[in-house]
Amino acid sequence: MEVGVDGNGQVPVVEVRDLVKRYRKAKVNAVDGVSFAVRRGEVFGLLGPNGAGKTTTVGILTTRVRRTAGMASVSGVDVGVDPVRARGLVAVVPQRNNLDRSLSIRQNLLFHAAYHGVPAAERTRRADALLKEFGLAERADDKPDMFSGGQAQRVMVARALMHAPEVLFLDEPTTGLDPAARLFVWDRVRDLKARGVTIVLTTHDMDEAAELADRVGIMDHGKLLALDTPAALTRGLPGRTTLEVAVVLDGTPPDDLLHELGALHGVERVEQVASAGPPGGWPPMGEAMGGPMGGAMGGQADGPPSGPPAAAVVQRELRARLYLAGDAPQLVAPVAAVVANHDAQLTDVAIGSPSLEDVFIALTGRALR
Amino acid sequence: MTTTTSPAPTATGPRRAAGGPGRAFLAVLWRDLYVTGRELPVFLAQVVLQPLFLLFVFGKVLTDLGFAQAGYTRVLFPGIVALTAFVTGLQSTAFPLVIDFSFTKEIEDRLLAPLPVGMVAVEKVVFASLRALLAALVMLPVGIWILGSVPWRASGVPLFVTILVLGCLVGSCLGMIMGTAVPPNRINVMFALILTPLLFTGASQYPWASLDHLPWFQVVTACNPLTYVSEGMRAALVPEVPHMRPWVSVLVLVVTIVVSLAVGIRLFLRRAVD
Repeated sequence: MEVGVDGNGQVPVVEVRDLVKRYRKAKVNAVDGVSFAVRRGEVFGLLGPNGAGKTTTVGILTTRVRRTAGMASVSGVDVGVDPVRARGLVAVVPQRNNLDRSLSIRQNLLFHAAYHGVPAAERTRRADALLKEFGLAERADDKPDMFSGGQAQRVMVARALMHAPEVLFLDEPTTGLDPAARLFVWDRVRDLKARGVTIVLTTHDMDEAAELADRVGIMDHGKLLALDTPAALTRGLPGRTTLEVAVVLDGTPPDDLLHELGALHGVERVEQVASAGPPGGWPPMGEAMGGPMGGAMGGQADGPPSGPPAAAVVQRELRARLYLAGDAPQLVAPVAAVVANHDAQLTDVAIGSPSLEDVFIALTGRALR
Repeated sequence: MTTTTSPAPTATGPRRAAGGPGRAFLAVLWRDLYVTGRELPVFLAQVVLQPLFLLFVFGKVLTDLGFAQAGYTRVLFPGIVALTAFVTGLQSTAFPLVIDFSFTKEIEDRLLAPLPVGMVAVEKVVFASLRALLAALVMLPVGIWILGSVPWRASGVPLFVTILVLGCLVGSCLGMIMGTAVPPNRINVMFALILTPLLFTGASQYPWASLDHLPWFQVVTACNPLTYVSEGMRAALVPEVPHMRPWVSVLVLVVTIVVSLAVGIRLFLRRAVD
């Protein structure tokens, strides 16, 4: 895995090398030899199920968890060696509301900045601007216990920005939020990125990772299984891009056609899928042709309109899913040609792109949620 | 480099002002003082009512009815000042820490402030001691109000102040141990099992020396740090009442503070950093 200085020779803002954490009395490592580096201005996502070690990794980087072995640094400051300095460089938005209930929203922001040594005039200026930006100005003097989960989340993000951190850590920023609040958080993350803020976020939501993160690290059982851009991660999944075709055959058996489709350049394997046609269709033959990834997942193709009506007695619809090594669009024409050669009629074509969920399944053999 | 009108950071934007752990410490302490200051009447009612009733029932009602000698108030009052300092200190660290660490997590923002985590623990002790100091001093006017007058002598002031400060600190340090060691589900039981015995084995309501004929209880009370606060207070305010030598009180209190602060910080760190 690529670690360390990036292509421009820039020192990474966050660097983690061979990081290990074993909690007291635990039998296994919560974080088990993780390495990665985050560039300045990047949104970096740690994706994995609960218990994967994401929060522990963030905990170490934000000095709340003591590492067992390895190295973790922020802006070149080793968080284990100089936690006091590191705390000035990071900001955390935790999963749980930990706002100071004895203080108003504005005071939460002001005191946070005071802890970090921001001068009084600057504190006030930043608080006013952030309250406005986050739509909190009218409620600035309210106490946090009157706030909903989404509003508290907003306040915590605003609070985190009060001391102008080098890196903002968002731990499961949208877990438990309603869809509108979730979209608000997403927008804020994009805004912050546009401003050049470096963000590390953890999530168990693939959509969120794919949507927000420049690069995603997939974690499971304390290990980092893969690390790349969402596009590269899904591209790296041979046989996960699919092309689903529906054809109407003129009474001839489908085996030849399927065989020929499977022989096309760029097709890894082919599988017959449940047909919307009349009963008594050909038995599925996916098992026989199954590749190493065993016909589990793939195409997101929504059910297309079914083939011709069942009244056409001799006509049978065949649906086949082609698992591809490369891009799907280039194969549409060759597939159409093969179908035409068999005097069959192409009735539907659907392209299925792999998701990060597929990447996770390919890496771990199980679903994320 | 472009500058933004927004206060939020840019990667290359202006850096934070130099703060330093000392400044962060003061800001954290200021937060606690600010919150207490805003709720001052509630705070005083909370900490003053119990000693007020003790003074009233034992010092006024019982003596007026003839069940206690008139001179008893001279024994009782210094003990009540000691009790107030000790218990207020203990409660001012123990309760908030249990709630913060187990439920609200409010303390997290301060644990992430740029100062050593141990200093956050020290701040809790300093703050709790200031609360205890205030509560104990309020007992002077309360005593005058209920009893008519309180024992006071100018030559005893240096010892009074010394014992008062040590009493506040020892309560706060022990409170930190309780607040960080007690699991949240045991909080009710532990406070009943620890706080109540502490209240009545601390020689607040009786001079320790007079327990000669109850030797086992004299041993029990000698194990309670509050005893040394009460005895020291009597040495300062009512030296004619038999009391321990002041240097014994001061020595035991200083040693207890040092040991319990060290243990308390250790336990605090264990709760604050995994």
